[in-house]
Amino acid sequence: MSILDSKIPEGPLADKWTKHKNTINLVNPANKRNIDVIVVGTGLAGGSAAATLAELGYNVKTFCYSDSPRRAHSIAAQGGINAAKNYQGDGDSNYRLFYDTIKGGDYRSREANVHRLAEVSGNIIDQCVAQGVPFAREYGGLLDNRSFGGVLVSRTFYAKGQTGQQLLLGAYSAMNRQINRGKIEAFNRHEMLDLVKVDGKARGIIARNLVTGEIERHSAHAVVLASGGYGNVFFLSTNAMGSNVMAAWRAHRRGAFFANPCYTQIHPTCIPVSGDHQSKLTLMSESLRNDGRIWVPKRIEDSEAIRAGKLKPTQLAEEERDYYLERRYPAFGNLVPRDVASRAAKERCDAGFGVNKTGEAVYLDFASAIQRYGKEKALTSGMHNPTADEIRELGEKVIEDKYGNLFQMYEKIVDENPYKTPMMIYPAVHYTMGGLWVDYNLQTTIPGCYAAGEANFSDHGANRLGASALMQGLADGYFVLPYTIGDYLSHDIRTGKIPTDTPEFDKAEKDVKDRIEKLMGGSGEHSVDYYHKKLGKIMWNKCGMSRNEKDLKEAIDEIATLREDFWKNVKVPGAANSMNPELEKAGRVADFLELGELFAKDALDRNESCGGHFREESVEQSGEQKGEALRDDKNFKYVSAWEYKGEPKDAQLHKEDLVFENIELKTRSYK
Amino acid sequence: MGGLIKSSIARKVAMALSGLFLVFFLLQHFTINFTSIFSADVFNELSHFMGTNPVVQFALQPVLIFGVVFHFVMGFVLEIKNRNARAVKYAKYSGGANASWMSRNMIYSGLVTLAFLGLHFYDFWIPEMIHKYVEFAPEDPTRYYPELLHKFVSPVRTGLYVVSFVFLALHLWHGFASSFQSVGFNNKYSVAATKFAKAFAIVIPLGFIIVALVLHLNHNH
Amino acid sequence: MNLTLKIWRQKDATSQGKIVDYQVKGIEGDMSFLEMLDVLNEELISKGEEPVVFDHDCREGICGACSLQINGEPHGPDRLVTTCQLHMRKFNDGDTIYIEPFRAKAFPVVKDLMVDRSAFDRIQHAGGYISVNTSGNTIDANAIPVNKDDADDAFAAATCIGCGACVAACKNASAMLFTSAKVSQFALLPQGQVEATDRVLAMVNQMDEEGFGNCTNTGACEIECPKGISLENIARMNREYLKASMKG
Repeated sequence: MSILDSKIPEGPLADKWTKHKNTINLVNPANKRNIDVIVVGTGLAGGSAAATLAELGYNVKTFCYSDSPRRAHSIAAQGGINAAKNYQGDGDSNYRLFYDTIKGGDYRSREANVHRLAEVSGNIIDQCVAQGVPFAREYGGLLDNRSFGGVLVSRTFYAKGQTGQQLLLGAYSAMNRQINRGKIEAFNRHEMLDLVKVDGKARGIIARNLVTGEIERHSAHAVVLASGGYGNVFFLSTNAMGSNVMAAWRAHRRGAFFANPCYTQIHPTCIPVSGDHQSKLTLMSESLRNDGRIWVPKRIEDSEAIRAGKLKPTQLAEEERDYYLERRYPAFGNLVPRDVASRAAKERCDAGFGVNKTGEAVYLDFASAIQRYGKEKALTSGMHNPTADEIRELGEKVIEDKYGNLFQMYEKIVDENPYKTPMMIYPAVHYTMGGLWVDYNLQTTIPGCYAAGEANFSDHGANRLGASALMQGLADGYFVLPYTIGDYLSHDIRTGKIPTDTPEFDKAEKDVKDRIEKLMGGSGEHSVDYYHKKLGKIMWNKCGMSRNEKDLKEAIDEIATLREDFWKNVKVPGAANSMNPELEKAGRVADFLELGELFAKDALDRNESCGGHFREESVEQSGEQKGEALRDDKNFKYVSAWEYKGEPKDAQLHKEDLVFENIELKTRSYK
Repeated sequence: MGGLIKSSIARKVAMALSGLFLVFFLLQHFTINFTSIFSADVFNELSHFMGTNPVVQFALQPVLIFGVVFHFVMGFVLEIKNRNARAVKYAKYSGGANASWMSRNMIYSGLVTLAFLGLHFYDFWIPEMIHKYVEFAPEDPTRYYPELLHKFVSPVRTGLYVVSFVFLALHLWHGFASSFQSVGFNNKYSVAATKFAKAFAIVIPLGFIIVALVLHLNHNH
Repeated sequence: MNLTLKIWRQKDATSQGKIVDYQVKGIEGDMSFLEMLDVLNEELISKGEEPVVFDHDCREGICGACSLQINGEPHGPDRLVTTCQLHMRKFNDGDTIYIEPFRAKAFPVVKDLMVDRSAFDRIQHAGGYISVNTSGNTIDANAIPVNKDDADDAFAAATCIGCGACVAACKNASAMLFTSAKVSQFALLPQGQVEATDRVLAMVNQMDEEGFGNCTNTGACEIECPKGISLENIARMNREYLKASMKG
């Protein structure tokens, strides 16, 4: 029997959440005034949680490393947010959203959590509209929807390509209202460096004021971690430069189990790396695959010539191109799911067919779409015998209307006109489904420590569907956590203010200061980025899109060696008691160096291919699906929750068995 | 109203309204001046009316003076506040890359206009006031044109007059059109309104300059 | 390409700062401006010097953290981009580039090129929201139809990233474009009408208290805004403010 208790309420799936809400303890309004809650991270999950908790009457302290909560990386989400509103009348329902999310996650998430997510999804849209979020609308004044990521209904609400920005600004405005009322105290340019436990419960944090370098103690009756994902363990990702795992990792070290660290989503349509100087990667909406055709040259000599700059892609005739997705997956073609498209691109590039100067890029070509739309447009506008130039011009116009902002962004970055020459794309790390293990109440294995949004592991299984991250962040923050945390806090109404002058805080502060001193005391051979880049290379090459036992074992050793070297030789200039971005980075990279190893260990343990995790040892051996991912429900239908035991390699695995009572497990097929 | 004028937007609106009032005055002034190059009689008649009508003298004239004083005092106040809003200056500032010279130098075009106004008062208004209210000299309805002509004898003064109106044109070029935006007028008519304002900014000062030059040349013939 | 950088260095808020010259070599056109600074910083670190501090985060033009005045213009010479999306191909070998913090009394320097823009947050605290509880039982989203043009205009105003380029560009360091973007977003939506009067008065009042300059309609803000926020928003805020003042 596992020590993990997911606390899933009894009863039929659709009634669980309502019943749970009806039976958990509440805190009366007068008592809420005496209870403090710390929220670390102010993205969609943290911002919405902080605003709602403050609105309920709790005293909230928020922490973010940016100069304003509004800059959290939720802001960069482009595509949209799913909700089972069924405004289009196309047969959508809570059940369908639930079903799609479980299936999309390759049957590695909890039924009850995902169903709750679907249930509250509609409320999110109501709430955001009431807050003034300017979603896209139709001419009748009602909300517009688009379809997304291979599902059969149109349920994605959007605000052009800036949905994340608009939703985050909505949550930030809700926060502002509470800041104005004095219910939220916002600690910006602060970073959580440790979690403080008193009598086994989370009772506060140690934070560093990033402007003054001061180490501060903050106490509370509960701590909510909404600090996002850990994609930056790969150095290059679509995450923000500052995105990090520190808050979650510090909690892990203090006893919170870390679940499924190896589940990473690698997004197929990002702008390729242009050189060693690259600091981050830029995503382009996956909607581009609706009209773009992906290819590389058929002959390796042509790829070499292109890389050397001697040949242009437009010079290659149709029969000299390999539209490999259409070839391998005739049914879904260029619209296969993210993980499949990403792996296929890597496969071609590894085989030497990659196209830009680094050899790590494939073409995304709009020429056929431009021709198709151009001809269609010429017909509908009554042009007889249009010239090739006219068709091209009309087609380009249609493409511009659909993807103009993306094409412009591409041109700014790459300096090539994607209307005239095919775009180049390559997969990049985008989202991490793994995170702190939480129960149905979003509580980690430390009482009083909660995790919300990308920081927890709960809803996306082994693969996240497009437009579901925003949904989960806001569901957790607005509608789930504020209820469930009350159940826990109802036992704290007589506790009174948590003092910070206790041995527990002394100890935690000393630990933090010792660690900083150690970071500052490296021999000074290499910069922090040097180590981060090295770690990223190991992760990308050995724990990236496809994984095997040999590589993973090597990765574990290499990361451990690198970590040792880091602690001896890292160079952090400046002082600890003043603003010092290098010191901030050093602390974050130190944690990535531990997480990376656990990541590889988890990937090694999971000897099956599921969702974003592809093990070369676990592929279909025969039949139509030959060579495709093979999931192993018999042996791996569980959540891996890792308990910290000192070195990452010593982490202890706890398994939470996943029970599917409402859904039949099926094999994904895109052939 | 006292509270209203304390806010930045109220000050901005007040600048716009006083400016619009002065624009209107300028148009009226120009109309009268313009008659001088066609008919000394019409000019004399209009000047006589303006100089002796009690409503003009004791109601409109104080309002005008208030408008002028308000506009430049507020202009100075805003300039000082605006300079204080950036205590440390840029080592390199490319103002020309994103805003017109006119819009960035209203204080200078305004100062030149103000200096000209001083000269103008010295030339016309103060003698006029002394003539009427100190010496109580008897009114001669035909004195205006010769007085006017006399002032444009000197090429230096005429030159100053021309230069001043060039600066006034620069001031109006930004100021007039910008006043619409200040009072919240920005809609589908804005493009036309801006064009009109910019045309006004050139045509009216140019008209004043022509009047000055014509009078100067007339006298010397 | 090789470049000469003239960078503002300032130890902290209270210290005096000065322009310091640096040389960087081997810069490629594909690098973003911030990646060019990364190169400089790696070199400084290897020499044991303190790297140049600047705000940055998403590096894809949406978070609004990056904030450099480059050769006298916020976010540099290119249009509709933030510093992180400005690429070095816009510069030539041998160029001298001035890099300064966004300057305004209301944006005090924190360190080097990093400034404190919390004045923007305080303007938002004053009224940049609609007072609605997160109860989950607000009315159905489609119960409030919004004219599509209004919704589109509200969205356009709402795309402001709060970077402060408008203040940095303005010769008066005025924050009107920023404040008006938020006021406009809500003024254009039916949900925002209820509190419209209080909102515009409170936000303008806070803006003035922060010590920003006055708007003189130079239009520099609109030109330099990486998101192309329109001057129409300022006119709209002027209108809203006058209306609200009349109401008292």
